[in-house]
Amino acid sequence: MYETTYHRASSIDDAVAQFAKGTESRFLSGGQTLLPVMKQRLASPSDVIDVAKIKDMIGIDVSGDTVTIKAATTHYDVAQSEAVQKAIPALANLASMIGDPAVRHRGTIGGSLANNDPAADYPAAVLALGATVKTNKRSISAEDFFKGLFTTALEDGEMITAVSFPVPAKAGYAKMRHPASRFALTGVFVAKTKSGDVRVAATGASQSGVMRVAPIEQALQANWAAAALDSVTIPPGGLLADIHGSADYRANLVKVMGQRAVTAAG
Amino acid sequence: MSTVKLTVNGKAVSVDVEDRTLLVHLLRENLNLTGTHVGCDTSQCGACVVHVDGRAVKSCTMLAGQAAGSNVTTIEGLAKGDELHPMQAAFRDNHGLQCGYCTPGMIMSAVDIVHRHGGKLDEETVRHELEGNICRCTGYHNIVKAVLDAAGRMKVAQAAE
Repeated sequence: MYETTYHRASSIDDAVAQFAKGTESRFLSGGQTLLPVMKQRLASPSDVIDVAKIKDMIGIDVSGDTVTIKAATTHYDVAQSEAVQKAIPALANLASMIGDPAVRHRGTIGGSLANNDPAADYPAAVLALGATVKTNKRSISAEDFFKGLFTTALEDGEMITAVSFPVPAKAGYAKMRHPASRFALTGVFVAKTKSGDVRVAATGASQSGVMRVAPIEQALQANWAAAALDSVTIPPGGLLADIHGSADYRANLVKVMGQRAVTAAG
Repeated sequence: MSTVKLTVNGKAVSVDVEDRTLLVHLLRENLNLTGTHVGCDTSQCGACVVHVDGRAVKSCTMLAGQAAGSNVTTIEGLAKGDELHPMQAAFRDNHGLQCGYCTPGMIMSAVDIVHRHGGKLDEETVRHELEGNICRCTGYHNIVKAVLDAAGRMKVAQAAE
């Protein structure tokens, strides 16, 4: 790891102010992605601003039809939260499948979204549920937030503070886990909103990061059942192809994971 | 350089380290607690697992500065004098190790698993929850046996306290 200067922020304002002082600052939350990347010398921030201990950044609030998870809440705490398990069980389930127990003890929802790894789990939930990403400056809809591989709408020095999820009528998540990294080889989140709209998002599939899956949405809109996807074909164009799976393989995975997610949603 | 103050195995320590220092290096190089191992250095293998404020974490994926003010327990902090922790004793009795390199991390993860699941632990859960710890010798079978054995012993020990 190259040299860096560590700062522990005491508040959201303090974090933003400290960030602005560095020549090439990065916010550090759980560090489960940023630190490995720094160790590989693929990132060399002049300053890291630790936001994980800011009180206003930690916690879960369920009020009415909205689940709000503050940005530095760990995957473990989301998975264990009885409030999340009750309101959006698929979201708690998704959090329980990220990485391994030690990673879930440190990794956070805000860190995962800000990084926007094309195979990360949370982006699928945020996009399928139509969540809103809140920052120190504004609220950003899921549609506007994800901008492709490792790219988001966040501006320099802008920090995610919370994510608000509308509680759906039904939702489910299924993923084919890479057995070593536990990232999604492909993961699909299906949701039916309380107004009856079906929204489906896939992660680990597209070359441009998390994506909506229109053919599955249309099929499930007509008939919310795994069997409704039997005749659906996902075009492999634009899908990831690497040593772990070809684009054709991933196209099929999108369908199969979609079916498993619907079954899980009930 | 920064001064990092934390509690390690019950003792307050203050260490001057570069800001880029990882917790595992503070433990091994500054405090000579070499029971915590570095295996893969890429957050995969779990040889470096320690407890920070009661939760198992990979100490190769945490800056020393992030642990400032925290309570850290390493493999050296488990035994009470000459009396092994029930998890350590169960690993010995069940032959839960061969080369031993992964063992400190296995034991720290295993203690965390038992703390989180208490009496509801079964074989499937142990195998699933040990997925962040890699062993290249044992085939895991005796490790799983040891964890289940220790879970029983820890329940008995807790009841006795």
